[in-house]
Amino acid sequence: MKHIVIIGGGIAGIETASALTDTGHWVTVIEKEAQVGGKLNNWSCLFPTFTPAEKIIDELQDKCRNKDFSILNKTEVRTIHRQNGKFSIETSNDHKLEADAIVVATGYELFDARRKEEYGYKIYDHVITSADLEELFKTGNDITVAEGKHPKRIAFVHCVGSRDEKSGNHYCSKVCCITSVKQAIELKKRLPEAEIYCFYMDLRMYGKHFEELYREAQEKYDIQFIRGRLSEASEKINKSLLIKSEDTLSGRPLKMNVDLLILLAGMEAGKGTAAASETCGIGCEESGFLKTTDSFLKSNFSEQEGIFLAGSCTAPMSVNDTILHARSAAMEVNGWLRSH
Amino acid sequence: MYREGKIQVWQDYQKEIADNHYFYVRSCIRQNFFPGSEQTFLKIVRTELGKDIVENPHHTTCSGIGYHADIVPFDTIQTIVARQFALMTEAGYHNLAISCITSFGIYNEIIETWKEFPSELEKVRNCLKRATGREFEVPLNVAHAGDIIYKFRENIAARKKFSLINQHTGKPLKIVEHIGCHYSKMFPSKGVGGAEFPYVLAGMIESWGGEVIDYPERRHCCGFGFRQYLVMSNRGYSVSNSRKKFESMEPYKPDAIVSNCPGCPMFMDRWQYVIEEMEGKTYGENGQGIPVLTYEELAGLVLGYNPWDMGMQMHQTNVEPLLDKMGIHYDPDLKYAGKDGKLIGKPMMTGCGC
Repeated sequence: MKHIVIIGGGIAGIETASALTDTGHWVTVIEKEAQVGGKLNNWSCLFPTFTPAEKIIDELQDKCRNKDFSILNKTEVRTIHRQNGKFSIETSNDHKLEADAIVVATGYELFDARRKEEYGYKIYDHVITSADLEELFKTGNDITVAEGKHPKRIAFVHCVGSRDEKSGNHYCSKVCCITSVKQAIELKKRLPEAEIYCFYMDLRMYGKHFEELYREAQEKYDIQFIRGRLSEASEKINKSLLIKSEDTLSGRPLKMNVDLLILLAGMEAGKGTAAASETCGIGCEESGFLKTTDSFLKSNFSEQEGIFLAGSCTAPMSVNDTILHARSAAMEVNGWLRSH
Repeated sequence: MYREGKIQVWQDYQKEIADNHYFYVRSCIRQNFFPGSEQTFLKIVRTELGKDIVENPHHTTCSGIGYHADIVPFDTIQTIVARQFALMTEAGYHNLAISCITSFGIYNEIIETWKEFPSELEKVRNCLKRATGREFEVPLNVAHAGDIIYKFRENIAARKKFSLINQHTGKPLKIVEHIGCHYSKMFPSKGVGGAEFPYVLAGMIESWGGEVIDYPERRHCCGFGFRQYLVMSNRGYSVSNSRKKFESMEPYKPDAIVSNCPGCPMFMDRWQYVIEEMEGKTYGENGQGIPVLTYEELAGLVLGYNPWDMGMQMHQTNVEPLLDKMGIHYDPDLKYAGKDGKLIGKPMMTGCGC
């Protein structure tokens, strides 16, 4: 029986582990947190179907319980050495493992919106990120601003930390546009009186049902989409926010007061992926995400033979894409092990 | 508003400011606008802080205003700047202290250009050598004069005679800090605190007992934008910009405005008078304007310098409301008396005055 070590117990890691176990391999997952599921644990529901994130988490946990693979929680990989075609792995908890193949599934990190200083995240009272909003949805708490009132006017800012020279991220984070549409609809359902505006550069509705949801947001929920990037946000004396932008379709500058500003924080490769790149000796793209051998036919192959890649450590991905990429990683690992 | 968030930003943008031995380059316009400020700076640095600072009367304009007005070509301004560096090199100094924000932007832009395109540096060396026979070294440290006051703000606080505390209420004075656009908007890393939440003036205000006002149009241009005021027909834009800021800061009831730029205090000072004449609108208490100061003047007041010696009678918006709040005693009769006691002339209404 071949042994595969998977670094990361998020969606990609668990899905790969499950599929590889089904093919008869022995699998160990190394996860730095106490629980599996990664950032999905912080999410309320998923676009475009408003499926509760818990449903996916429950599925992952079921697989962990019912399938015969092991998980080392609160553990990180310290070193990896290759000898005689096998990998020797040492962990932060002094486990020593031998593996025939490794799958890197270290996921992503959310862009730290404080780096876009002009929006005042963590400075102004009522500037939050899409992840903060998702937590608010998850807790079910009332959404209030100054003096405990409901926000009357809300703005979303797309591409915070994506496609942005200043933050050094030239790539598109792919999921923010549809996340904004989803969250705007959820907000409108909770706060029917609120005016909601989305400031975008382009709307990239690439997936199944995304475009339809965008249309529904406009037609059914009266959400306004303005093509223009915010130049700055400032807090007023009553704690509302003055935002400045340009409506690039009408070619006019725009100034607006809002009660709540939501920043669509993008995805970054993050420290976990950078560490995996170093310990595994595999390369990164300019974006920081891990380099694949071929983006068409070998999107799960790293530069090192026997080390495979799964999920958003290779590029920003939706939950759906991550699951598919993880399953394809399992197939590739299985094929490679059988031919070696 | 969370102060911790700002502190994080401030920590991200700290710059190295030389400790001593400065070569000072004056502004070509500040001596007309606020004639005592540069002298006050030199007095503070030499007398209060005991630092070595020199200047050279052969230093000229950096020609930045001409450059931004598309009159002076880039090659020309590079060579002019190289000549200023040659004066510094000949004096045996390496640390440049710049009075003007426009010049500060120009010097940084040119030094960064030379880093990116070394061939430009070589070209300029040749041009300067051919034209003047001079050679130069690029400064090791480039600081705005305000950076130096910021660096030693606690030393100044330790010697202060007056605090930025309202003597009538015992509360901190509310001060608007206005940063010149070319201080850090061009190169955020060159300014203390970066471009979005600069700390250079805020640090001084806090150290001297005041409270900084963060108002919505804080980042907005003062109205000194070169294309607004250089072209006479555009000057309406200049007043409009200043007015936008005054309207935005008014609800916070500021006691004073302080700036680190040559043009900003000039326009925010003068346009208050113009707006009062045009619209009858004033933004300070009791029908008065909001006093507008340079940071040298503010430091000088804190250190107990005579406001009239610092040229504060040249302000168009009277500074007396601030002096009264700080508890500074002054002789109104000496406001327009020169050093020798001779009247320097009082402002008076020209034209019909109707």
